[in-house]
Amino acid sequence: MEILLEPLGYDFMVRALVTTALAAVVCAVLSCWLVLIGWSLMGDAVSHAVLPGVVLAYIVGAPFALGALVFALIAVTLIGVVRNTSRVKEDAAIGIVFSSLFALGLVLISVTPSQTDLNHIIFGNLLGVSVPDLIQVLVLGVVAFVILILKRRDLTLYAFDPTHAHAIGLSPQRLGALLLGLLALTSVVALQTVGVVLVVAMLIIPGATAYLLTDRFSRMLVIAPVISAVCSLSGIYLSYYLDTASGAMVVLAQGVVFAVVYLFSPRQGLIGTRLAMARRRKAVAVAAA
Amino acid sequence: MTTPAILVDNVTVHYGEVRALDAATLTLEPARICGLVGMNGSGKSTLFKVIMGMIKPDAGTVRINGQSPSRARKQGGIGYVPQSEDVDWQFPLSVRDVVMMGRYGHQGFTRRASKADRAAVDEALDRVELGPYAGRQIGQLSGGQKKRAFVARGIAQGATTMLLDEPFAGVDKRSEATITRLLRELASDGCTILVSTHDLHALPQLCDEAVLLMHKVLMHGPPEVVLQPENLAMAFGLDVLERDLPEVKSPAGNVPSGILDGKRVNH
Repeated sequence: MEILLEPLGYDFMVRALVTTALAAVVCAVLSCWLVLIGWSLMGDAVSHAVLPGVVLAYIVGAPFALGALVFALIAVTLIGVVRNTSRVKEDAAIGIVFSSLFALGLVLISVTPSQTDLNHIIFGNLLGVSVPDLIQVLVLGVVAFVILILKRRDLTLYAFDPTHAHAIGLSPQRLGALLLGLLALTSVVALQTVGVVLVVAMLIIPGATAYLLTDRFSRMLVIAPVISAVCSLSGIYLSYYLDTASGAMVVLAQGVVFAVVYLFSPRQGLIGTRLAMARRRKAVAVAAA
Repeated sequence: MTTPAILVDNVTVHYGEVRALDAATLTLEPARICGLVGMNGSGKSTLFKVIMGMIKPDAGTVRINGQSPSRARKQGGIGYVPQSEDVDWQFPLSVRDVVMMGRYGHQGFTRRASKADRAAVDEALDRVELGPYAGRQIGQLSGGQKKRAFVARGIAQGATTMLLDEPFAGVDKRSEATITRLLRELASDGCTILVSTHDLHALPQLCDEAVLLMHKVLMHGPPEVVLQPENLAMAFGLDVLERDLPEVKSPAGNVPSGILDGKRVNH
């Protein structure tokens, strides 16, 4: 108990825990769709490509979310243009666009005075979350979360069968754009916690972990955020006591839990399915004898 | 004259340089089942996409029950049963979840299911005899059951026009008969059904009429006429004559009077 309560005596730790829990939950909910559509690489791309937008927003004093949205849109458009108008395949187009935009962000950071704040965007600065940061993350996170939950059935339909969505008069393009917009917003939320470089982990691992645990999408939407929140909070506590980088510790905790689920999940796990196979083989052998 | 259920009038579609449909014309009366026969790349899926309004034709018009495709879609009249390869069978949804997606057009902003929606889904599941499997993950059905689950989605939707893409691929003979019976029932209730298929064997039992497609509509008539080897050769090339063909009711040479109903479309 003492171990859990001690860090809460510091305001910066409380802010860190609140921010992380929120980012973990929103990212995890979004990740359920990303892993099913096969948009993991897109998540990686958008979360990196927002960097120049965030830096420019910082320079002109606009909200980070606005800059991030604009650059997410630019990134997606450029990826589409490169893919559709040249012989370059989609994964290459994504790689080219997001790394170039990320580099642009780094260049902008290097020419902007007061570099300390902006460097935190790259690796996250969980323990330096200020009150205005916290408020921004809260507002964006709650907005993204509410939209995701209200439109969850449409988004799932889009992920599963966009042709049917079209056939019943919905617009798959609009649903895809909504998901990308929410991806950009969520990236901004997670930047604060783990930084640009590791956002993608929060956007993929929880959904992938939950996918190995259940056959029901509605349950994924509960399992993913719960696992993600628990991992993130444990990661922060561990980083507090072991004196390690907090953002990296959060991602490491998620990775470890994924590995455990991958090995031991009752239905999809490596060991479970191997054991079931061995049992079946034995049963066949016994029956034959 | 009644309004045709599906009217495709002089529709031309290009993909870049490639012409997928070339002044294709097709009229389908309500409550009929029509088999769409053609090679890979003959424009079958393009024709489906044009009917659903996913592709705007470069020329020509499409009407569903006299309305534009977008209006017909908004009214929930168009049901679609995808090809097996186009579905992610690992997707974590139950059979009931998938059938419920047929109701989304009738529901509000968040697609919360009402009592009426649930009743429609139960009824559709019973109709395709999948009631006992409602809770299964969709990938855990047999090939034929998978198809029926998607047909149930169209039933729950209340579709009056249904498009089925290769419904017999990966389906055993018994399920094929079940699906055929189900589609015949739907047609007798007034549903218009367009089926694209490679499986020529199933066509005579299933369809009221058949269409041979090779970028243009080469022929449109009763299946036993359209499926005559010499007609298939037009759409598939001559090697089709050496392939295993469906049993046509009358042997070649002994031409039934019905053959005259199969009007060849001249261009």
